[in-house]
Amino acid sequence: MKLREIAHSRTGDKGNISNISVIAYDTKHYPLLREQVTSERVKAHFAGVVEGDVVRYELPNLSALNFVMTQALGGGVTRSLALDAHGKSLSSALLDLDIEDNPSP
Amino acid sequence: MRTIRIGSGAGYSGDRIEPAIELAEKGDIQYLVFECLGERTVALAQQARMKNPEGGYDPLLEERMRAVLPLCAAKGIKIVTNMGAANPEAAARRTAEIAKSLGLSALKIAAIVGDDVLDACKDGDLPIMEFDGTIKQLGNRLLSANAYLGAEPMAEALTAGADIVITGRASDPALFLAPMIHAFGWAMDDWNLLGQGTVAGHLLECAGQITGGYFADPGYKDVPDLARLGFPIGEVGEDGSLVITKVAGSGGAVTARTCKEQLLYEVHDPRQYFQPDVVADFSQVTVEEIGPDRVRVSGGRGHQRTDTLKVSVGYVDSYIGEGQISYAGPGALARGRLALEIVRERLKLTGVETSELRFELVGVDSLHGAEVSTRANEPYEVRVRVAGRTENLREAVRIGNEVETLYTNGPAAGGGAWKSARDVVAVASVLLPRDLAKPQVRFVGA
Repeated sequence: MKLREIAHSRTGDKGNISNISVIAYDTKHYPLLREQVTSERVKAHFAGVVEGDVVRYELPNLSALNFVMTQALGGGVTRSLALDAHGKSLSSALLDLDIEDNPSP
Repeated sequence: MRTIRIGSGAGYSGDRIEPAIELAEKGDIQYLVFECLGERTVALAQQARMKNPEGGYDPLLEERMRAVLPLCAAKGIKIVTNMGAANPEAAARRTAEIAKSLGLSALKIAAIVGDDVLDACKDGDLPIMEFDGTIKQLGNRLLSANAYLGAEPMAEALTAGADIVITGRASDPALFLAPMIHAFGWAMDDWNLLGQGTVAGHLLECAGQITGGYFADPGYKDVPDLARLGFPIGEVGEDGSLVITKVAGSGGAVTARTCKEQLLYEVHDPRQYFQPDVVADFSQVTVEEIGPDRVRVSGGRGHQRTDTLKVSVGYVDSYIGEGQISYAGPGALARGRLALEIVRERLKLTGVETSELRFELVGVDSLHGAEVSTRANEPYEVRVRVAGRTENLREAVRIGNEVETLYTNGPAAGGGAWKSARDVVAVASVLLPRDLAKPQVRFVGA
């Protein structure tokens, strides 16, 4: 299934850094997010967009992850050549990530 | 326990105006905050002030003030806003004139000055955080340097009796923290209270983004009546307890989900959300739905503030030239790609000097690039977009021209060409020793 089925997401911007929250609709899916939505996968998913690092922060109280992606906004919101200079649409792209329902033990 | 209700009347400079009127009318609020200052807005406003010494404040100041002043005056609702942009004193004087013309001469209006720290930054030749270089190295491209002030001067103005407080650059959450500090007498070193107050301010500062705006996704996250979206109210207790709500009957929704999304919006490390007044810690925050459109948010904490203030530095970065043209019907994608190839070659042939170029098809790969975008089906229409960064306006103009000439020189049936060339005012940041910014409260007579 797609990440979209179990989580919602919002993108924020500061300078050339984009952050994307990934929040489980249901607390029971938080472990799936932790296991499968890794920094490495997010970095790979945004090949060609994110040139820097992807750092993940965990918020168990909210069943949420927060990804901070550097060099992600075409040189910075205020100078980017991109149509979506803020990267507001990145959250929707991340929800297209494939998630295994029953990951093998 | 004492409680105040703070309404958030705008989340950016161009935001809708009726939701603020609705808050003043039906929100049972004591404070109305307008957050209207984007990252680079001060730099642009500084340019406006250089042309007109009485200008440089928010262009919608007059419209917003006229819309809410009569109601706010009648109900004793205090207004706090950063619509002062590059000229808070002129904004305060203009607001006083508006108040007078509405027969509200008794209103006390305060401007907060001192966020302009250009001279201090130049003296220190501070290093820029985003790239290698210093303030001085920006030379004559440097436009402005404004420190993110904290809540203290705004709280001081409220305590001195201000009905309206107009600031320039200040931290957005501080606009909300100021009424809390004023109303409850919070100590400026009670880090946990300031941290929880920052949670409240952060949740409220983007207005509709916590009541269902920037959220709806049909079939997954449905939101009622976005055309009449209500703006949020923060119900804050003197112990920092917080409930986010909105005017009953307004559009939108306040739910645990909208609150979680907004809590993490523009946050990096949730344990360290740097503010002028506190380093807030969002990592232990919990949200709980306690009624329809009522969410309790608890657990914000804080640590001692740092010795520096973040300063937003505006500078002329470069120029951007852009052109667009559309193709439709059978073969649209192939003609769009051909058009891009032609422009790519033309820019080379004619020697347009650029430091960066983008060639893309809107509807196909413009948002996330060719690698991320899927291309399962051929779209009915595509829009060619070419954008490039140049050193000067003359070169920037040539980029759009090369797209426009596709009309008569390019693939079949290209329509709706559009072009632009503009200078780019960008912002970077430096950290300034805190004591070098000297904010002051100045009252103007109504």
